[in-house]
Amino acid sequence: MPNGLKTLTLRASVITFLVSVGLILIGLVVGQRVDMLPLQASVNAPVYDELFRVLFSIGTMLFLGICGLLLYSLVRFRRQAGDFGDGAAIEGNLPLEIVWTAIPAVVVLFVGLYSYNIYERMGGMVPLADHSVVHSMPASDPGSGDRVWGGISSVSGESADLTVDVTALQFAFIFHYPTGNITTGELHVPEGEKVELRMKANDVIHAFWVPQFRIKQDIIPGQPTVLTFTANRPGTYPIICAELCGPYHGGMRTSVVVHDRGDFDQWVTKNTPPVA
Amino acid sequence: MESTTEMSVSLLPNHGSWLRYLSFSLDHKVVGIQYLVTGFLFYLVGGVLAGMIRTELATPISDYLSREIYNEVLTMHGTIMIFLWIVPVVNGAFGNYLIPFYVGARDMAFPRLNAVAFWMIPPAGLLLIASFFIGGASQSGWTAYPPLSLRTPALGQLIWIFSVLLLGGSSILGGINFIVTILKLRRPGLKMMQLPMYCWAMLGTSVLVVLSTPVLAGTLVMLAFDIVAHTGFFNPTIGGNAVVYQHLFWFYSHPAVYIMVLPAFGLVSEILPVHARKPLFGYTTMVYSILAIVFLGLIVWAHHMFTSGTPPWMRLFFTIATSFIAVPTGIKFFNWLATLWGGKIALNSAILFACAFIVNFVLGGITGVALAQVPFDIHVHDTYFVVAHFHYIVYGGTVFIIFSAIYHWYPKFTGRMLNEPLGVLHFVLTFVGFNLCFGPQHWLGINGMPRRVSEYDPQFTLMNQISSVGALLMALSTLPFLINVIHSAWHGRLAGDNPWRALTPEWLTSSPPPVENWAGPAPHVEHPYGYGLVETTP
Repeated sequence: MPNGLKTLTLRASVITFLVSVGLILIGLVVGQRVDMLPLQASVNAPVYDELFRVLFSIGTMLFLGICGLLLYSLVRFRRQAGDFGDGAAIEGNLPLEIVWTAIPAVVVLFVGLYSYNIYERMGGMVPLADHSVVHSMPASDPGSGDRVWGGISSVSGESADLTVDVTALQFAFIFHYPTGNITTGELHVPEGEKVELRMKANDVIHAFWVPQFRIKQDIIPGQPTVLTFTANRPGTYPIICAELCGPYHGGMRTSVVVHDRGDFDQWVTKNTPPVA
Repeated sequence: MESTTEMSVSLLPNHGSWLRYLSFSLDHKVVGIQYLVTGFLFYLVGGVLAGMIRTELATPISDYLSREIYNEVLTMHGTIMIFLWIVPVVNGAFGNYLIPFYVGARDMAFPRLNAVAFWMIPPAGLLLIASFFIGGASQSGWTAYPPLSLRTPALGQLIWIFSVLLLGGSSILGGINFIVTILKLRRPGLKMMQLPMYCWAMLGTSVLVVLSTPVLAGTLVMLAFDIVAHTGFFNPTIGGNAVVYQHLFWFYSHPAVYIMVLPAFGLVSEILPVHARKPLFGYTTMVYSILAIVFLGLIVWAHHMFTSGTPPWMRLFFTIATSFIAVPTGIKFFNWLATLWGGKIALNSAILFACAFIVNFVLGGITGVALAQVPFDIHVHDTYFVVAHFHYIVYGGTVFIIFSAIYHWYPKFTGRMLNEPLGVLHFVLTFVGFNLCFGPQHWLGINGMPRRVSEYDPQFTLMNQISSVGALLMALSTLPFLINVIHSAWHGRLAGDNPWRALTPEWLTSSPPPVENWAGPAPHVEHPYGYGLVETTP
């Protein structure tokens, strides 16, 4: 190899290395520092946000790297006026192609394994058959049989501290508390306790979404569905229907109020209808 | 001598007159232009509907359209853009125009079937639009999920079903035609691995069309029975299952994304080498990537259903399968970058749109891999994040390539050049408008704005208004384009036969080409990307 070419390759390798390190640093900084997520109000939220930040970091590195390479090529290799020649007739390069097959493969493998880990920490891999509520679902649900569909759960294994029946219909959510016999249009839950929603839809498909809890679950007619979460920050957060359900879909929203234990007990006492 | 499919000129009425574009022409080039112009007219209609959506969303309250009309508009916007603009143009228009050239044939394998496939589109499209005026269009979104689609006004929904069935039928006929043409009509001696990349893209796409579109057709027929005869296939109150519809629908509609995107991958593989004066990098891996995308594209549909109560193991399988599409797709993008690297790149409108495609699609691909992860998807599913993602794929990706392709092949279609400054203006307006419109929607979705709503939390007003301004720029960007294509058709600079000094076979004939493509025998092109290998005269 001529000496000049050797130094050129060395220089190119050093530049590539420095640029890659720079990209990784920028990606990490952007992923950690740029905050575009809503408030965290459930035990699920920090786990979700960890995944979000990792994906955001990797995405930033890849996006900036590819765009940088593209812009550099457009400037560096733009045609000069009057030059009607062709570029170098390079039709491929096997080692290079192996490298850039490996890059997305490794990234995707890492992302897949990592998101599996996140999913498990969110309780997503708990088999539904073992779910503590399968047999406690009200038998009155038409055609439900034994099968219950489940959303992602925030805490696996143990049974819930509070159970609420949710009915979704055009265009509202109705919450019913079996203990205390309270019916309300606004969900109230105690802080730090596992809440189990037993959801059913009366007419069309709706979806239950609380952005601050990072959970969403479709409520499909004919599929009694269970969703559990543990809220951990007192406050009022929106509940949004996320599945097109008709003309007033955009208006199908209510609130979930997270109380501390004392306030929640007070709310229950105040709202429990007197026994006739 | 090679054998050629002989076709008498008398089969082609009014050749030379513009009237042939309104006729049942059997000339693949006429059919291609018919697809392109028809598709563009529907794009304008779909664009007006998009403008209505963005006007409604400029304020947080529902104050511009009635809520029912708003749902009709969003349903029609999606349906028209997918089935009447992107699929017919990126497949039908460029496929019909280019594939016979690329395989060295005088026409498609079944010219009459080809004309039939095209002429199914205008009536289907007009029917769809007419449904606005006869009792109201469908209101259940382009996905038409039951039970909502069983409860919205039946007439609009049935017209929608009938129209989509016609368009799907047209698509299947086209797909069969492309497969046969590519496999059986190749000029003798032309090997598969010598074909321009767009042929491989269209072969893969057509396989997807032929395998998956009939599933959609069957599903929609069942949905129609549910509406008309109360069969209850998908109606839970009489024993049906609403989720089965979703599986069947996405069994088609996820491959549909590749039906919209793979041909664009093919077109960009034709455009970049010509304007960069370099061979297409990594031809063989490009071919295998297309085949891998076709295979994987068929087994990822349930990633649209992560919140539908799908069991954990199923979510996991579809996460993994979906993520792996990033590998063949990544290979293609690196190969395009390597094609540009070391070239002599002419910075014209065609290359600007093609490079912007790379930028937009990479962003859409990154959000796509993120969305494939179940835990990530659960929060942003059915939000504006998803709206942003798929517009980065189908608009930022495919529509940018359609424009790039029009700047590239217009001289071939007409024999005249498009005006370059107007083209650059069109590009700048489209690129800025597009990113302004859809960039902020990522944030909106993450922070709590669901899709398909006509009213929203007032905290989202500013971002929505930025998005609407972007949409306005996109609307304005069509003006320089329209002026350009219409004015240049008569007054554009004469292009000559091969203004780009390209090596692919469609340029080795006159511009516009004669009825049977070449005056003499079809040229044998062994190196369609032989820049730097084959002599090209300046």
